[in-house]
Amino acid sequence: MTIAWDAFTPWSSLAGGVLIGLSAALLILGSGRVAGISGIVGGLLRPGGPDTTWRLAFLGGLLVAPLLWRLFAVLPEAQPVAGGGLLVVAGLLVGIGTRYGSGCTSGHGVCGLSRLSPRSLVATLAFMGAGFATVYVVRHLLGA
Amino acid sequence: MQALIALVAGLLFGLGLLLSGMANPTKVVGFLDLAGNWDPSLALVMAGAIGAALPAFTIARKRSTAWAGCALALPSATQIDAPLVLGSLTFGVGWGLAGYCPGPALVSLGTGSAPAVVFVLAMIAGMAIHAWLTRPRA
Repeated sequence: MTIAWDAFTPWSSLAGGVLIGLSAALLILGSGRVAGISGIVGGLLRPGGPDTTWRLAFLGGLLVAPLLWRLFAVLPEAQPVAGGGLLVVAGLLVGIGTRYGSGCTSGHGVCGLSRLSPRSLVATLAFMGAGFATVYVVRHLLGA
Repeated sequence: MQALIALVAGLLFGLGLLLSGMANPTKVVGFLDLAGNWDPSLALVMAGAIGAALPAFTIARKRSTAWAGCALALPSATQIDAPLVLGSLTFGVGWGLAGYCPGPALVSLGTGSAPAVVFVLAMIAGMAIHAWLTRPRA
């Protein structure tokens, strides 16, 4: 392992993380709900599912954030790592996996670890481990 | 009130993801690439987020009502079972392949990114498949 010092952004990543944590804090104390993105989206896909209004409001905020950002600054660069069919496969795996696993990076990783849930710790270790292994296979064994 | 607070929370969440660099799949995969040129940024995002959210969840555990007046709903499941582990492993594979998890994918959709459109449509299809497979049966 070498550290990618040129790509490492400690301060903006820490500050962005604090904003994400404050958002989760606001949603649990203010709206009484957990900021788990996969759960918020997934809950809308059940006919007659609970709490449609706040879910749509939260997702609206998430989608509008880049527009608000663009009023004051240039959007940060983003380089995709996958295209075409691989994106579809990845999206399906993320959709099915987060729903069976009851959460993603936000629900288990941020909120679950913040409430010291052993269940979320196991989930976070599982998806991080699978992510590390997948990138290892793709980049270093298949050489993509 | 509950929805208004949720809207502000969603905005904050999205701005945080943009500032953190996590809306860039290359940065996420840079973190997951332990054997390569490793970018530790994602670890600091998690540290900052947990540091800010932990006090709130500590308070939330002692309350039953949110500021908006509605019930404060914390997850009640505690069991560590096969769906939790297998689902999370499946999610991790997809995350490693494209560098998108649900939050950053939706924010990227808001930036007008074409790959994010494809990813989010597939992700919603995956969630719909789960909803159909686990539908309540009469």
